[in-house]
Amino acid sequence: MTILNFSRRTIMAAGVALAVTGLAAPAVADGHQVVDSIHFLIPGGAGGGWDGTARGTGEALTGAGLVGSASYENMSGGGGGKAIGYLIENADSNHGTLMVNSTPIVIRSLTGVFPQNFRDLTLVAGTIGDYAALVVAADGPIKDLNGLIEAFNADSSGTAVGGGSVPGGMDHLVAAMVFQAAGADPVAMKYVPYDGGGATMAGLLSGEVQAVSTGFSEAVELAKAGEVRIIGVTSPERVDAYKDAPTMLEQGNATEFVNWRGFFAAPGLPADKLAMYQDALTKMYETDEWEAVRARNGWVNIHNNGDDFKKFLENQEQVIGDLMKQLGFL
Amino acid sequence: MLEGLLLGLSTAFTFQNILMVIGGCLIGTFIGMLPGLGPMSIIAIMIPIAITIGDPATALILLAGVYYGAVFGGSTSSILINAPGVASTVATSFDGYPLTRQGKAGKALTVAAIASFSGGTIGAILLLIFAPMLASVALLFHSSEYFALMVVGLSAIAAFAGTGQVAKALLMTFLGLIMATVGEGVLFNAARFTLGIPDLQSGFGFITLAMAMFALPEAIYLILDPNRSKTADGGDNSEIKELRISRDEAKSIAPVIARQSVQGFLIGVLPGAGATIASFLGYAVERNIAPKDEQDQFGKGSVKGVAAPESANNAACTGSFVPLLTLGIPGSGTTAILLGALIALNVSPGPRLMVDEPQIFWAVIISMYLGNLVLLMLNLPLIPYIAKVLAAPRNFLIPFILFFTLMGAYIGQNNATELLLLVGFGICATIFRFADYPLAPLLIGFILGPLLENNFARAMQLYDGMGFIWERPMTLGLLVLAVVLVVLPSYRSRRARARAEGVADGD
Repeated sequence: MTILNFSRRTIMAAGVALAVTGLAAPAVADGHQVVDSIHFLIPGGAGGGWDGTARGTGEALTGAGLVGSASYENMSGGGGGKAIGYLIENADSNHGTLMVNSTPIVIRSLTGVFPQNFRDLTLVAGTIGDYAALVVAADGPIKDLNGLIEAFNADSSGTAVGGGSVPGGMDHLVAAMVFQAAGADPVAMKYVPYDGGGATMAGLLSGEVQAVSTGFSEAVELAKAGEVRIIGVTSPERVDAYKDAPTMLEQGNATEFVNWRGFFAAPGLPADKLAMYQDALTKMYETDEWEAVRARNGWVNIHNNGDDFKKFLENQEQVIGDLMKQLGFL
Repeated sequence: MLEGLLLGLSTAFTFQNILMVIGGCLIGTFIGMLPGLGPMSIIAIMIPIAITIGDPATALILLAGVYYGAVFGGSTSSILINAPGVASTVATSFDGYPLTRQGKAGKALTVAAIASFSGGTIGAILLLIFAPMLASVALLFHSSEYFALMVVGLSAIAAFAGTGQVAKALLMTFLGLIMATVGEGVLFNAARFTLGIPDLQSGFGFITLAMAMFALPEAIYLILDPNRSKTADGGDNSEIKELRISRDEAKSIAPVIARQSVQGFLIGVLPGAGATIASFLGYAVERNIAPKDEQDQFGKGSVKGVAAPESANNAACTGSFVPLLTLGIPGSGTTAILLGALIALNVSPGPRLMVDEPQIFWAVIISMYLGNLVLLMLNLPLIPYIAKVLAAPRNFLIPFILFFTLMGAYIGQNNATELLLLVGFGICATIFRFADYPLAPLLIGFILGPLLENNFARAMQLYDGMGFIWERPMTLGLLVLAVVLVVLPSYRSRRARARAEGVADGD
């Protein structure tokens, strides 16, 4: 009886393992395979944004037959710094590894959360992104970006802006950029940090804060439902997913911002390998498998290969660094 | 509404959907028993499968089944090996594990199953009737009220302390609050108290601490004291006596379940409060209003102490669907993941959901009810077999507990540092236990700490100071309630003492 119970537990544990690895089931290549296998290094725990990006990308790549098989490793710690350090220290044995990362790698290396920055790694490509947005309650007195700035100028203490990141984090910086571009004092802006996007929206709808800074894709559904109004998107043009939302630019506010996600490889990666990964990722955009994963997650294709990626990151580092100095975070 | 109900019934009662509920509940229960895999990770694992199903109603029914199964399964490890894998089942272990130690594991599991079922069912009925009205209630709470609610939760700690242990309990609570400040918080752009160690950047993990405080010291105790696996009266605790609950016990837990189902549901409706707070408050309230002789049983194996948190946390899980379905706002980590799945299935939760896609809205509610029913029917017959795990010889049982404890801490983060922390804290916790310091308050302080601090700081920021205490009547009301909760037990015992002295004088 005892033994039977133990085997039940064992089967259970095996079932879990199967369920987890089952997601990474390799697909049969059908002739146009570019890379044999990719090992994805995820600097955070299971279920987060990085995790979803790596697993979704791997699913599309293997499903389309561009990559033979994909494996995944979660290595959380140090706000992503642990995985970066690991990739650099073990560079020679990690030529088959791609690490996923996003805008915080820029912000966190500026604030010194970890000593390395993106220049210490091989830049493969930025693959997807999300624009930022400022959002107000649909039935509130503020109707557009200028309305928000006017309300702020009239009562800076009573016009709080909420967001899902720490002060000095992405949501705060985006709101500050917009305020600065509108000629309002970003330092006087009252930024109220919440624990994630859901809590931020609850804060907005309960009337606790007057506006929130959030990811565009997080706001779209609530805007469609008529609960909130998106008063500005940081995209160059209106986004197809929700054409009703005006851009910052068309309201005379020169703020553009993309929260990107992309892939990095170990330093010193041979050029032919780098080209191979970039080729696989470039071809991925044409596949139905990618389109299915992209649509399921509401991602926006924002593709920057190698040198373009570097220019993009250097520019973002410059803009964010200047702003953080002004806000007193650096 | 009747129309909607019928529509929901006809959607939910197809062969495929009933199969999904059963499958989901089974998967959820079994994986949920493993500490370290809470509802959130299990749902995250199931989402790709649910999405391939394509039909949103069926997918949601599967996910709801998994959710309920996982919440229910989580209480099993709490009761059997004192290893709460989810924060919302911490309170279940306070009395569930003592019952196991008395050889009444079967009874504890039965009470938990019935309380969970009732909590979930009553929650589903409340959701059915009041969901549209409650949408606005969910938005009544501002940061200042959440802060006050956390104070109520912490003040209830007096309820977790035994006689003469209040000072020790408060000390441990503060230790928990201090430990919660380690790492990067929501409030500051910098990490606190990490001593420059990158692995502490994101703070201590809940599972790590829960295993270190509860399960590990228990395993160490088992090793140090060979007789500990025997019960107090010399019997072996692997004997499963008293599987069924007696008529008297049923009578005593019925009102507890009824009260806590409603209270838990209402707390669950608030985004950001959730099942954990509901279970702690449920436990505390029931202990405070219990008659004196029953009050002393709390913490030593009271069936009420199992019924209260279990009905509250299940009702709260159901309640957390109110803001999700009516406002499109996830009230907890788990519902945030569900929201992602809904959007991927082209369903936009929000006030329009009931109007635009009533079959989905009602099917979810019906499936919750079904899920609870299926859980009860699946689990009651299984309980004797689950409880038999404890019948394993010590030289199997102890490594087994150690394995699950270590795996639980490692599995969520894949970070070996968690194991070092687990062992370090586990040793500290064992020393605390030798010194007779209660460990539960530490864990409660750790869980509620960030919520307390973040909401307090937000309220301060929004009101430019402490003004929110006077300006918001609900905040003031909750804070007064907290004071009452702290004062009431000592007032009661003083009155009891006075009365006893009065009797003595009369002699």
